[in-house]
Amino acid sequence: MLAKDMNTVYNDTKSIISAKDVSVFYGEKRALKSVSLDIPENQITALIGPSGCGKSTFLRCLNRMNDTIENCRVEGNITVDGQDIYAPHVDEVLLRARVGMVFQKANPFPKSIYDNVAYAPRIHGLAKNKDELDDIVLASLEKAGLLDEVKDLLNESGTGLSGGQQQRLCIARALAVQPDIILMDEPCSALDPIATAKVEELIEELRKNYTIIIVTHSMQQAARISQKTAFFHLGEIVEIGETEQLFTSPNDKRTQGYITGRFG
Amino acid sequence: MTDTQELKEKVSWVTDDAMEKLARRHRSERRFKRLGLSAIVIALVMLATLLVSIIGRGYTAFIQTTITLDVTFSEAIIDPKGARDHKTLKAASYRTLIREALRKEFPDVSTRKDLRALFGLISKGAVQEFRDLVISDPDLIGTTSSVELTASDDIDMFSKGYISRNVSEEDRRVKDIEIKWFDQLQSNNAIQTVFNKRFFTGGDSREPEVAGIMGALVGSLYTLLITFIISFPIGLMSAIYLEEFAPKNKITVLIEVNINNLAAVPSIVYGLLGVALFLNVAHMPRSAPLVGGLTLALMTLPTIIIAARASIRAVPDSIRNAALALGASKQQSVFHHVLPLSMPGILTGTIIGLSQALGETAPLLMIGMVAFIVDIPGGVTDPATVLPVQIFLWADSPERAFVEKTSGAIIVLLGFLVFMNAIAVLLRKKFERRW
Ligand SMILES: Nc1ncnc2c1ncn2[C@@H]1O[C@H](COP(=O)(O)OP(=O)(O)OP(=O)(O)O)[C@@H](O)[C@H]1O
Ligand SMILES: [Mg+2]
Repeated sequence: MLAKDMNTVYNDTKSIISAKDVSVFYGEKRALKSVSLDIPENQITALIGPSGCGKSTFLRCLNRMNDTIENCRVEGNITVDGQDIYAPHVDEVLLRARVGMVFQKANPFPKSIYDNVAYAPRIHGLAKNKDELDDIVLASLEKAGLLDEVKDLLNESGTGLSGGQQQRLCIARALAVQPDIILMDEPCSALDPIATAKVEELIEELRKNYTIIIVTHSMQQAARISQKTAFFHLGEIVEIGETEQLFTSPNDKRTQGYITGRFG
Repeated sequence: MTDTQELKEKVSWVTDDAMEKLARRHRSERRFKRLGLSAIVIALVMLATLLVSIIGRGYTAFIQTTITLDVTFSEAIIDPKGARDHKTLKAASYRTLIREALRKEFPDVSTRKDLRALFGLISKGAVQEFRDLVISDPDLIGTTSSVELTASDDIDMFSKGYISRNVSEEDRRVKDIEIKWFDQLQSNNAIQTVFNKRFFTGGDSREPEVAGIMGALVGSLYTLLITFIISFPIGLMSAIYLEEFAPKNKITVLIEVNINNLAAVPSIVYGLLGVALFLNVAHMPRSAPLVGGLTLALMTLPTIIIAARASIRAVPDSIRNAALALGASKQQSVFHHVLPLSMPGILTGTIIGLSQALGETAPLLMIGMVAFIVDIPGGVTDPATVLPVQIFLWADSPERAFVEKTSGAIIVLLGFLVFMNAIAVLLRKKFERRW
């Protein structure tokens, strides 16, 4: 009820993703219960909530990564640009090229740094020649704030980097596809404050051209960078609102409790 | 006082009881280490015993006794018409030449019985060598030169010391008179031991001194080639499909259980299947590496599938997800990422399967690869035998000289295995990635 009301209020910009009554089941277990959420275009939407409340599950619905999980069933309706992404004729491979994802745990390929970033442009044929590919790789690494650290190590293995560097490599890898929407699942959980600041800067920067949905456990981060915040609790969305409003005067007791650190 | 008391309370694990527990734990750990070490030592000792006994017995197969004789290449015997054409040279009676040379060396031998014994010093296979010599160099005809001739198996055994002089004559394969000739030849420096090239280049023979391993080696190669060509792609594709694409339901579980069971089926059963399928239904040639390879492929498939599935499963899901989230198709994620990462394991499994196939005898006996075949096979449909079957055949032969050939063949088989494993190690190195 609450969720729907809020939607109408904050729908002033065009929403690029719209989820309606989305439920997700892992076998018999219901991980998401009729979640509805509109994601505004070219804004940063933060998903917050206690561990195990279904944030990652919701994120995975948006690029159909849940399809790869055995026994996982998604109900409800999700549209990207007004198109139902679970419609039978939709190709999930194309969808995932448009909706990029950075995972909770850094997962670089055990290949060179260059090949990690160049992989997606290669399979999608985004570069006509080696020079263009080089440009894409360098630009992506630059955007992810990793270039200075690795520009002499492009042929070294991506798995030889530190945890935080790996995470930024994964961001660079996602950017190289040039998606419209980027899903980020706690991208800064392994980063030091300086690297976090860099990534946040990057996310702000990316906002001009991309729509970003970020899962975070850091209230400050959500408050700093997002325009819209959704609070998940036990598989439901308890509250959706403009970030400033949600953090300063939450409507729900549970939201208030969570953001002030009293539970969760 | 109260302080120490408190401390004691807190650090309760320095009590005698706890110390005793700790000591027990350490003792148990040391005991376990020693057990492991002794297991390794026992295994190594057994391996060393095996190698020493086989090599000690088999290395003499690689050397051969020869007798050097002055042979007159009489034109009257080889080519009375002076035509020098291939046919005449091939048909000439070289045995006579050898016999003449022996008679000349020992002029005082006269009785039929003694002459037969004298002629028996030289291997029957030497005639063939002799013919090849003349055909390759017809200018020899009319000259006299000394020629190294392969000694017969008994003389070979005697010269290598396997037949003792101290045994009474009736119990001895080599009689007193032959020993006398042998000693005379030896004092003339006519007895030599040379590298037994023929063992590595020749096919099987009834005469142990000219029997070679090449036929069986080539047969094994062809057979393994067929086994690999059939079982590797099929096994790999099955593993990929079952692991990555197949839905997990009752049918796939049933398939999985059956594959595991097939890996445990005795190999002779595969031999029967091979007979029924490839010989009786498909009418493929008997004794051919093609059929042997197909039969062994049936046997190797479950091993490859199980090994490949295990190493595909060992690739973390995060890699698949990373590829899929970048918009790679399932197939791309498998072939670009999962497969290269699991290749070392798959190759190891394949080589283990092929090594098993290399040492397999029973199913090949069923499909007739046990025949006595002299020619080196020229293709996968030629009759052939394989190394383990050759070992079996030689071990079964009554001649004393086949004992060393058997061990020699085992050494070659082990060498083949080491070679295959070396390839496996190299391939693994090539595909290995640092995580
Ligand atoms: N692959 C899966 N199979 C079965 N259940 C799952 C699976 N993934 C998640 N779940 C369940 O779904 C629920 C939501 O999980 P999810 O990963 O979405 O939580 P989250 O909000 O991302 O938590 P965190 O903040 O710890 O990452 C959890 O109860 C979890 O047990
Ligand atoms: Mg999560």
